[in-house]
Formats: sequence, structure tokens, C-alpha cells
Amino acid sequence: MSISVKVPTILRTYTDGSAEVTVTGDTLADAIADLDAQFPGIGARVLDDDGKLRRFVNVYVNDDDVRFLEDLATPTPAGTSVSIIPAVAGG
Amino acid sequence: MTAQTATSPALGAAYALKCRECAAEYPLDASYACLECFGPLEVAYEPTVVTREQIEAGPWSMWRYESLLPVVPGAGSRPGLQPGLTKLVKADNLAAALGARSVWVKDDSGNPTHSFKDRVVAVALENARRLGYDTIACASTGNLANAVAAAAARAGLKSVVFVPSNLEAGKIVTTAVYKGTLVAIEGNYDDVNRLCSEIAANRHWGFVNVNLRPYYAEGSKTVGFEIAEQLGWRLPDAYVSPVASGSLLTKVDKAFRELTKLGLVDEHEYQVFGAQATGCSPVSRAFQDGLDIIRPVKPDTIAKSLAIGNPADGPYAIDAVRRTNGAIADVSDEEVVEGIELLARTEGIFAETAGGVVVATYRKLLKEGLIDPGAEVVLLNTGDGLKTLDAVAPTSQPTFTISPSYDDFENNYTGENA
Repeated sequence: MSISVKVPTILRTYTDGSAEVTVTGDTLADAIADLDAQFPGIGARVLDDDGKLRRFVNVYVNDDDVRFLEDLATPTPAGTSVSIIPAVAGG
Repeated sequence: MTAQTATSPALGAAYALKCRECAAEYPLDASYACLECFGPLEVAYEPTVVTREQIEAGPWSMWRYESLLPVVPGAGSRPGLQPGLTKLVKADNLAAALGARSVWVKDDSGNPTHSFKDRVVAVALENARRLGYDTIACASTGNLANAVAAAAARAGLKSVVFVPSNLEAGKIVTTAVYKGTLVAIEGNYDDVNRLCSEIAANRHWGFVNVNLRPYYAEGSKTVGFEIAEQLGWRLPDAYVSPVASGSLLTKVDKAFRELTKLGLVDEHEYQVFGAQATGCSPVSRAFQDGLDIIRPVKPDTIAKSLAIGNPADGPYAIDAVRRTNGAIADVSDEEVVEGIELLARTEGIFAETAGGVVVATYRKLLKEGLIDPGAEVVLLNTGDGLKTLDAVAPTSQPTFTISPSYDDFENNYTGENA
């Protein structure tokens, strides 16, 4: 049930500098909970006080924005890759 | 207040980067997201005083407003494209065609690489130089690509530009000609942007719209400053801005508020209107549904310069529109083409698709009674129609083709416009 999570630079203070870590969980919510269990505090950076994804963070499950999928309920079977990326402007 | 980094020279009145969401402050470095909440960082300034006379005596470019921008003073004398002071055109023919009283077009196709992006890049470039980068980079839907490649060439920096591979040919060539590195990505703009935020984390490059974004975004304020100065130091009743990331719309609003606060213009209630193409209208959807959260979309429109499905500043654009009792609407690709052609035949201005979106949206807002036909309105044209020829090519062809014979001409010419 191993899921790889790509950690953005600004959250690597929680992961001792690691750019990629391994977590477990059936859904994105579970995966983030496990991430926070391993690296305490990181969950609150990604989720707001109501436990929803913060509006300026983009999370991708296997390259798809989870807002196109099932948000935090998106399934994360073994081998899934999760990327957390701050939103940026365009042009 | 957070101190500036010890190595960087004073950045005008700017003293910190500040989170728009939680107000946490950071030094004036190359960072763009709040460590606390991922909110976007914005430049914070000390109160400053500047007079109309000081501005009017400044350079004949956007740098006349440098005291209101995050740049080391003297930007106008350093190598760059010196953009800005584009024409504000009184569009009486367009107004008559639409039954409106007073319409202006702020025509930013007059910038060095023919779009408003030269302004934002100019501020980003100044900060790339300040922070010691030898390479500037960007993710782009085309106009920014042109601006970055050209500005880097003038400034003697390297450039690496990332674009979706399906971009208009006109925007590929007008980037590649400056001979920086141009990377075409098999994906849409949001895919390109995402890749760039990963690359930005691993390269010591100044990504103008990623790690330099707080500075970059401030450049858009100069559109608003110029509109006010060109109207004779006053604000219009309304403006209609295209919405891609939502940054331009928000920054023009910010510019109007700053000018008011500085006493450079009289207080005047104005309305902010946003324009999107229906094929990529996440901000318009959210506005009309009364939401604060933008649900991303997969873009499908000829208005590629606005094809950002996941617009980072969308919530702030909606805030500005709601605060001023404006509206955001969207128009079909057919209406975009009609908008381009309407502006061209009434005012002799050939806008790119984003300009067509603005004109068509203004027409729609008038029709739906969401904007007062008696209001003095400024329409923002952000780019040049020569970059998006494909959009109008099918409907803009020779009136007739004949042999080089006088009789043939006389037999075909009706004297009517197309």
C-alpha cells in the first residue's frame, strides 16, 4: 500500500529535506493523515482548519488535479504518486 | 517589519513580502508562497509620497511610476525593453456601434513585444538582476514567452521559456527568434505551470511567474496608473479586464486604490468587470454561482492567452468585482471573433483573442443590463492580433480576387465595406 508523495520545497523543513517520501492510505485523506503522523505539522500546511485542502495548494494524484477527481476522497491504491504544489500565476 | 535581505539594495518603498491570506511577512527574496498557509505573497510598501509633477517628469515609459513599484530606483536607465505608456484610444465609433456613451481602449498591443506582459516582465527582470540570477524563465501561454525572451536578450541574460506545444505558430516564432531556450511541452498551460514549479524548486533561475511572481504581478499596476494619468488624473466609471490568472484585473484595481490613497486622483466609485472565454471560464462560473472557490477546468478555447484552467488569483478577482458591484461574464469563441472584428472595423485596432473576449464581453454586459451604457468605460486590450491570425483568418479574406484587368475590378467593386 505504498504511495509516494512529492514534497514541495517549502514543506521540506518537515521532511528533513526529503523531496519524496512514502506513506500509506486508501484515500488521499488517509495518505495525508499518515504523512502528518510521520512528519507532525505538515498536515496543517496542506489542510485548513476545517480539514479541507487549502485553496492555494494544488494536489495531484497520478498527474490529475484532485479537484477533477474526488478531492480528499480520491482513492490512492498502492503505487499511486501524489504531488503537492503551491498554486502559481499565469500568463 | 521584516528587514530586507542584507545583500540586496533598497527596493524603493517595498519592505517585505506579505501573505495575502494570513499576513505573515517574509524578506524580499525569490519566494512566492506562504510557509504558513500556501497563500500568495504580495509586495508590502512603506507609506510613500509622490506628486503628479514628479511622475510626469519621469521617463516616457512605465518607469515614471517606479516609486510605486518594487524596483531599485533608476530602472529606466538600466538595460530593458522600457515598456508602457501605450495609447489610451477614445473609441467613439465603437461606442456608437454599441449604443454606449463613452468608451476608451487601453491598447497594450503597443508594447515592445506587443502585449501587456512586457510590463510584468520588466519588474521581474529588475528583481532577477537584484537577486543575482543569470537566467530568467517562465511558463507561458505565449505573450509572456515573447516578453521574457526579448527582455532577456536586451538585458544580456539567458532565458528558458516553457509553453504548451499546441500554441499559435505566431507565438512560437516570436519567442524563438530571440534565441533563448524555448521548450514546448505536450500538455496544456496548467501542465506546463506545474512542471515549472517543480523545475523552479531545483534550479537557480528567476521564474518570472513562479518565484519572482510577487514582483512580476506588481508590474500590471502600471496599466491602471497610465489609464488615470492619460484621463487627466482621474478614474473612469468602469473597466473591463480579461481574466486568465486574474492578476491583471486585481492589480488595476489596486492601482486605482493606490492613486486614490496618494491623493493623485479624486475619490471616485468605479466598477470592475471581468471577461473570459466560455471554453475556459472558471472564474466567471464561480462568480455566477456565488462561490469563493474556483473549480479548475480543462481549457478549450481559441483565446489561448486566457486558457488558464486553474487561475491562482481568481478568488481575488472575484473579490474586486463583488466589492465594486461589477460582474464577470464569458463569451463563446464565435463572439470572440466578432469582438476582434468589431474593434478592428470601428477603431482600426487589431486585438488578439483576449481583446476580442473583452470587447464581446462588454457588448454582452451592455445587452444584459449589467453595465450602464452611460458609464465611461475603459476596455483593456492586452495583445496584438498579429499573434493570433488563425482566429480571424477564416472570416477575414480578400473581398474578391480578380485578374489584373480594369473591367474585372469595375464589375466586382460595390463600394461597400465587407
